[in-house]
Amino acid sequence: MELSEHIKTANVEDVTLRRPFHPALRGTLCVTSHHLLFSNRKDEASWQLLILLKNIDAIEKRAVGSSGTITIKCKDLLVLQLEIPGMEECLNIASSIEALSSLESVTEMYPFFYRPSHLTLLGPWGLSTTEQYYKQTERLWDRWRVSKVNSDYSVCPSYPSAVIVPREVDDDKLIRSARFRQGGRFPVLSYCHHSNGMVIMRSSQPLTGANKKRCKEDELLLQAVIDGSELGYIIDLRSAQQAQQARMTGGGFESKSCYRHWKRIHRHHERGKVVQESLIKLVEACSDLSHSVDRWLSKLENSKWLSHVHSALSTAGLVVECVERDGHSVLVHGSEGTDNTLLVSSLAQIILDPASRTVTGFLCLLEREWIQAGHPFQQRCAHSAYSHARLKQECPSFLLLLDCVWQVWRQFPLALEFSEALLLRLAQEVYASNYGTFLCNNEQERCAAGVKENTHCLFQSMLKPDIEEQYLNPLYEPTDLAIWPSVHPQSLQLWTGMFLRWTEYAQNMEEAREEVWSIVKEHRERV
Amino acid sequence: MEHIRTPKVENVHMIDRLTPRKSTAGTLYLSSTHTIFVENSEARKETWVLHSLVYNVERLPTNPSGSPLLIRCKNFHVYRLLIPQEKDCLDVLASLTRLSRPECYGELFCFSFNPNLDKELREKAWGFIDLKAEFSRMGIPSNLWHVTAANHEYRLCETYPSELFVPKSAFPAVIVGSAKFRSRGRLPVLSYFHRDTSASICRSSQPLSGFSARSADDEQMLHAIMKSNPVSELMYVVDTRPKLNAMANRATGKGYENEDHYTNIKLQFVGIENIHVMRSSQQKLVDVGELPAPSMSDFLWGLENSGWLKHIKAVLDAGVFIAKAVAEDGVSVLVHCSDGWDRTAQACSLASVLLDPYYRTIKGLMVLIEKDWVSFGHKFSHRYAHLDGDPKEVSPVMDQFLECVWQLMQQFPCAFEFNERFLIQLHTHIYSCQYGNFIGNCQKERRDLRLQERTHSLWPHLWENRAEYTNPLYRTDHSQTQGVLKPLTTAYCFKFWKGMYGHADKSVASHQSPADCLNAVREESQQLEEELSAHQERLAQLKEKKTSGGRKKTNKLSERVRRPIPIESKLSSPLDYFTATRSEKHSPSFTLPLELAAPPKNGDPDDLSTCSDFESGVADLSSHSSSAGDDTKDHDSDEAVKSNT
Repeated sequence: MELSEHIKTANVEDVTLRRPFHPALRGTLCVTSHHLLFSNRKDEASWQLLILLKNIDAIEKRAVGSSGTITIKCKDLLVLQLEIPGMEECLNIASSIEALSSLESVTEMYPFFYRPSHLTLLGPWGLSTTEQYYKQTERLWDRWRVSKVNSDYSVCPSYPSAVIVPREVDDDKLIRSARFRQGGRFPVLSYCHHSNGMVIMRSSQPLTGANKKRCKEDELLLQAVIDGSELGYIIDLRSAQQAQQARMTGGGFESKSCYRHWKRIHRHHERGKVVQESLIKLVEACSDLSHSVDRWLSKLENSKWLSHVHSALSTAGLVVECVERDGHSVLVHGSEGTDNTLLVSSLAQIILDPASRTVTGFLCLLEREWIQAGHPFQQRCAHSAYSHARLKQECPSFLLLLDCVWQVWRQFPLALEFSEALLLRLAQEVYASNYGTFLCNNEQERCAAGVKENTHCLFQSMLKPDIEEQYLNPLYEPTDLAIWPSVHPQSLQLWTGMFLRWTEYAQNMEEAREEVWSIVKEHRERV
Repeated sequence: MEHIRTPKVENVHMIDRLTPRKSTAGTLYLSSTHTIFVENSEARKETWVLHSLVYNVERLPTNPSGSPLLIRCKNFHVYRLLIPQEKDCLDVLASLTRLSRPECYGELFCFSFNPNLDKELREKAWGFIDLKAEFSRMGIPSNLWHVTAANHEYRLCETYPSELFVPKSAFPAVIVGSAKFRSRGRLPVLSYFHRDTSASICRSSQPLSGFSARSADDEQMLHAIMKSNPVSELMYVVDTRPKLNAMANRATGKGYENEDHYTNIKLQFVGIENIHVMRSSQQKLVDVGELPAPSMSDFLWGLENSGWLKHIKAVLDAGVFIAKAVAEDGVSVLVHCSDGWDRTAQACSLASVLLDPYYRTIKGLMVLIEKDWVSFGHKFSHRYAHLDGDPKEVSPVMDQFLECVWQLMQQFPCAFEFNERFLIQLHTHIYSCQYGNFIGNCQKERRDLRLQERTHSLWPHLWENRAEYTNPLYRTDHSQTQGVLKPLTTAYCFKFWKGMYGHADKSVASHQSPADCLNAVREESQQLEEELSAHQERLAQLKEKKTSGGRKKTNKLSERVRRPIPIESKLSSPLDYFTATRSEKHSPSFTLPLELAAPPKNGDPDDLSTCSDFESGVADLSSHSSSAGDDTKDHDSDEAVKSNT
């Protein structure tokens, strides 16, 4: 079925648009295959609002006499109202939005049609590859190698074609280790610390099962990671009890007797549906302005969102403590190794590694640790906080990462090269985008769909020199130190820039940001 | 001195709350005014704790390593000491307990504090804030308002200032009659005049109305106030108490205005709870801060349960209501509570901050506090327990006002000339008794104590150090700076004030401050400009000299004092993530001494000593990167020279 067949009414005149902090506007509404376009041509200056249909999380219809009202709730948390004259038009528009905002087929999505004149599809896609990362990281050359064992994605469907593993472990061992790990996600290198050569590895849970199965190759692989030193840490992102229970369903954990040099530490992290429901509750709490202070605090607490932020930062801090202060390598995993694992390993890098705190470095980190590492974006970000659809595999892991990074940025306002604007842009793009970066669930799917050949890369476009400035932190002062965030609850705050983005509250902050820029610019001119 | 049982204890340890295994050894000294802890380390870092800032001292059970002593301060700092001998610990405890509870004014620190000013300077300093000038700044029209001599020698009302602004149309008999009908004689008088609308804010105590009493004089007084605003036929009476409390007062012959008896008044209750509720609420809040290793839920639940932010909102709501009435409706407001010295002071002064940009400047806030709090008889010595007295009189009234201003600063980052440090410094000095400004409970008492002759004034001291207290984002021509502030009072706008209550978390202090950075940037710009002109002068001189024979050049050109951007040295303080999240019980709280009395200066020995807390690896890195920072700075100055030549 062609996309255009979903559109029964393409144009409606005399539509009234209401949005926060602006007077109501009257204009024309158009529905296209991928966009909702509202334009107002009252005076000389015309004004347009273009919304990607994919950005629409939920709509509500209401009939008022002969006309209808559609409330549009976007995934970036914006809420709009359209008053449409004519009941039939209203219903047609609503059904088009419903059908076109929930397309399943990747190649029908807008990034495959987005062709701006200033970008070209020629040239390499993305910022870096595993091989390039390896080449740049001299510390790795001695004991680590790039393995192409997954070049046809048969060993691990969610891993990229190339991964970094200990030099002394051959591909056969990797294949056997992969069979012993859920989804084939065998331990691979995530980060090597520049000052002491200690590494952060990540994987999925081992499939020890009820019979306490072992896998010699997996044990050897981990042994090779610590290479003769006496200790490594396994940070298991489940409680000890959950890890035990996982054995009943074929999963499990690395037992002390089989992995003698590894010390296991359990940290409980919520996942999947629970986190998604947190987001829903938080957004609901933020959108009700009538709450008393008590009710607001109780709703904030009840959403548990800040608790997730707290656990993620604490565990990342723990990983950093192991690597930087204790001088030992770390393996991080939960169950599948595609959500919290990536969250913790990438946060640890922000804390540890000054290179990941630059704009380019941060985007490279996201590309490596989230896109290439196989975070299932399509499943996780199918819906955001407003959708009434039954939850399937939605989970705002990536948004949680951005929130945690924001907390770090707030505590160390000089240490990150990028600004809050960059985080907000990413929070928007991950749910609905003109670019192909966040499409699909892993490299294999992206290859099959031809994402690299047929879409533009968001990160590349963000690094174009002319638009980069808004993403820069005017106060940036690079530091080589680890930046240890405080995880005391009173040090963590609601990310107002994100969750109160469309309120008056955010506007004063915007003015303050401009003021900071103008002071810094004035200073630079003088120097 | 007779209260000091032991002046010096050696081998005392000061213990870090979050990482108890990190502690510093040193010597503890007790002086007549301070407890001083001097570290044994190379830096000999000193921590001074003023006795009058001590809230309480608690001895914990003796353990094998010694006797722990907990010193809690009124500015929410907590110091945890470990004293080797139990006897010493008991001596310190007894001495401090006595020293921190002076029994008469004469014992207060302000009478012995001597910052080496001569008499003339001291007198001049007391004239720094001039309330007469302030009332004329407001632009009060002399045909409508005037100063009455009715309270000369505090005859009419002991707790009011001697000079009062009243409507010109109110006859002396009306003034006296109205005072008689008001609790403690605190009659309605002018607090703030809003030039743009000619509406005013007046203040008083509750009327002695009981169930049916009325006073023609008081009714005329209110009418006169209403008439002093020529454009309006209406006046609001804002009773800042919850309606129920106000009604209960009627049974004791007090209460509130009956709308039927007064012409064209509208009575409005705003529901700020009384001082006892506030005292216990703040205590709960402080307890939340002291929780050992709380989870996010513990913290948020504790915050909710304390009710503190709810009360802060109530106070701000009162201010917003009054400001709106005055600025938007152009209606005059009479504000009162029971006695008119706590909630009334809060509501009037907050409304003034919202209405008048002047009160959002450093000097303006000083003036406002001097006017609405000091002169109008806010009972500082009672509320902030300057003397050992009735604990039921103690309440964080001023704390709440300062916090409301802080909450406003969060919403309007560019609107205030001062920064958070200024508010915290004010808070400390309200409790510290180091200066004479806040001693006593009213103007008369202060006069009788001869404070201006015997103590020093805080204001000039703060003013001299105003660079420390300046908000870099403040600009007089910014839109947020102008006109009336209209804050949101949605629940989510109210935040936990970490700078005030968050001392449990040591890492607070070590984090970067964008404001400091911006200030440094600003200062640097100014310096660069000054240097530029200095260099130009020097060049001109050199040229002259060259022509007149030429002498040797000074190569001091590139040497300059520069305030380093505060980052690396204070940057990272590794938390103990192993223990920070463990649920096992920690030993009670403690914070590292970050003396607010001496705000962190960069390049201070203080900061260096925080460095020594770091793990060696980190500390090394820190020295590396700060030297890297210096390099870039030298580069900067080179450029400055280049562009100059």
